[in-house]
Amino acid sequence: MKKKITLGVVLLIVCLVTTPLFAGGAKETKPAGGVTKLNMWVFNALHAKFYQDRLESWNKENPNRKIDLSIEEYPNVEMHNKLTLSLQSGVGAPDLVDININFFSNYLKGDIQLVELNRVVDPVKDKFVQSRFEIYSLGGKVYGLPTHVGATVVYYNKEIFDKAGVDFNKIKTWNDFIEAGKKVQAATGVPMTSFEVIDQRPFWPMIVQRGGDYLDKDGNVVLDSEINIKTLQAMFDMMHTHKIAIPMPGGATHREEFWPFMNKGGQACLIMPMWYMSRFLSYMPDLKGKIYVRAMPIWEPGNKRSVGIGGTGTSVTKQSKNVNLAVDFLAYAKLTRESNIKLWTILRFDPPRWDVWDAPELLAPDPYFGNESVFKVLLEVKDEIVSPNNKLLSAAAQDLVRSQVMYKVLVEKSQTPAEALKKAAEELRKRK
Amino acid sequence: MHRVINNFLYSKKYAPYIFVLPFLISFSLFFIYPIISTIIMSFQKVYIGSVTFIGLDNYKRLISESFFNAIRTNILYTVLTISYLIPIPILIAVALNSKLLVGRNAFRAVLFLPSLISIIVSGVAFRLLFGTGEFGFVNSLLQKIGVRPINWLLEYWPGMFIMVSLACWRWSGVNIVYFLSGLQSIPKELYESADIDGANSINKFLYITLPLLKPIIIYVLTISIYGGFAMFGESFVYWNETMPGDIGLTIVRFIYQEAIQRNDLGYGSSIGIVLLTIVFGLNIMQLKFFGIFKKEQ
Repeated sequence: MKKKITLGVVLLIVCLVTTPLFAGGAKETKPAGGVTKLNMWVFNALHAKFYQDRLESWNKENPNRKIDLSIEEYPNVEMHNKLTLSLQSGVGAPDLVDININFFSNYLKGDIQLVELNRVVDPVKDKFVQSRFEIYSLGGKVYGLPTHVGATVVYYNKEIFDKAGVDFNKIKTWNDFIEAGKKVQAATGVPMTSFEVIDQRPFWPMIVQRGGDYLDKDGNVVLDSEINIKTLQAMFDMMHTHKIAIPMPGGATHREEFWPFMNKGGQACLIMPMWYMSRFLSYMPDLKGKIYVRAMPIWEPGNKRSVGIGGTGTSVTKQSKNVNLAVDFLAYAKLTRESNIKLWTILRFDPPRWDVWDAPELLAPDPYFGNESVFKVLLEVKDEIVSPNNKLLSAAAQDLVRSQVMYKVLVEKSQTPAEALKKAAEELRKRK
Repeated sequence: MHRVINNFLYSKKYAPYIFVLPFLISFSLFFIYPIISTIIMSFQKVYIGSVTFIGLDNYKRLISESFFNAIRTNILYTVLTISYLIPIPILIAVALNSKLLVGRNAFRAVLFLPSLISIIVSGVAFRLLFGTGEFGFVNSLLQKIGVRPINWLLEYWPGMFIMVSLACWRWSGVNIVYFLSGLQSIPKELYESADIDGANSINKFLYITLPLLKPIIIYVLTISIYGGFAMFGESFVYWNETMPGDIGLTIVRFIYQEAIQRNDLGYGSSIGIVLLTIVFGLNIMQLKFFGIFKKEQ
């Protein structure tokens, strides 16, 4: 018995010692016949499709710098864990990586392991929505290229509004929204909207549009600001006083429970960023032709009518053996005019480069979205799209809002908006 | 040369060390070294390429609501799983051990199956079964018998219920196998003489089976306490990215959340050290209580 154990231990050691060697072998980058091998991690299968397309045209246009890109897909959380550990330990990170904005600030701490991208960004910067670079920057250096604007809009289900005899085009302020909601609720019995209670929308866009945020421009915690408390209270009132909103089934827009609910006409409208269009197309086929996209209502004059929420910053890691090539390819895939049009045609993302917004591909009417040209809405609010401050504490701040604020205030009612936000802010300040 | 090696290998003094060497190496490489570096990191702020000593700050931060929530959830979870995972598998094992049961081998195999399935795979199935809202499978059944849909994944006790159910479903089979092997090692003569003395089945179970199963029960209890406090999979598969108000937050999940998700390895290490202390203390207490440290009589 003991012998067996010893043998087992020896085998285990042999395996543990040799496994990394095999794993390392796969990453070798030898230009074979002028083709350089690069690898990339993504956390969304749709994104892989986009890079595949960009790779093909890069290889066509750059016969001397061909790339053999292997794209690996992982689930969202798992991919970022892997990335954290490989950057922390100094081995195993990919050349290129898609980083979810929820986690991006984690990689800007300490000795930054991502490659500075100003070389490719600066020449084209003025053609882009500026705030989309800022969220992936630290001290003026850009470390990630944006995938979309993520402009928050309202998706109205016209069928329900017609039934209630309400015109959603007339909703300009959140007060109009509440009044319309009451009419919809009375006439159809359907709630106006639902709020994420284990995630942070529409709370986040609602505070940012009126000048609030979790962190200020210098990264200080302002989560418990007057604006934030007032906004959360207004959301609470929409739910419990005016009774026009409900907690989202499943708690968030990415949960399986929500899609059939929305698809069956469970609520009259949804406040989400533009990138959620792809989810409508994939998961809610019955709403085809009924959904109309409009800008966000405002709280008070001077508010912005849209906020860029969510995002994927694509980065090159310092562990890459071909940094220059990786950066050039990334710039090609993310910054060129053609690629930004592809962001729309392949992914249905609102491209961050605004000089393509009036391209014919983008202005084509969309049969799913009321046969309208969705981009007209975006052009209308072009100069009003702000983004939240993405500073060092951002990942922790978002996590705290998701887990400690929304549910406790809106569903459990165990804490008032002021109490919950103050507590979370204090918790956050301890992390400085 | 050959003789030197032979002498060395056959000497009573050195040979034993050679044989335990592989274990010692792996133990120090994969246990001692990480434990020591965890202790060091728990006094540091750890970022890539910049490590600073911050004294007891990480430990001071532990005095927070989330940490106490995690401890509470862990204790409740451990107590609840143990109160199912010891008595029920014993009863099932006794039934499976009985010659009266038809097709007992088939039952043994079927009951063992769940433990072969990865926690993530079975957890995803559970998560979908216990979907919130009226479209979830369990909720749609509940509605048929007139019960309102339950927000399984959004409230504390329903959340606890589905974590405990997943663990019980999954681990019953393993415990049944432990208890079966224990039962089969009990000499049949004891039961025969009890029969002659006129004992009924309940008496036989209480006075022969249970006392003789004690070593196995202690073993299962020990690993269950450890398992309860080390629980992570159930929580992770139900609440992959985030959870409302700490409802599925266990200590290990807390380590993961702080060290990996929020990239604060120093703080995570300090939680790990506290967890180590708790589990070590509990197991020592329990082993002492059952008299494991006393010499065999």
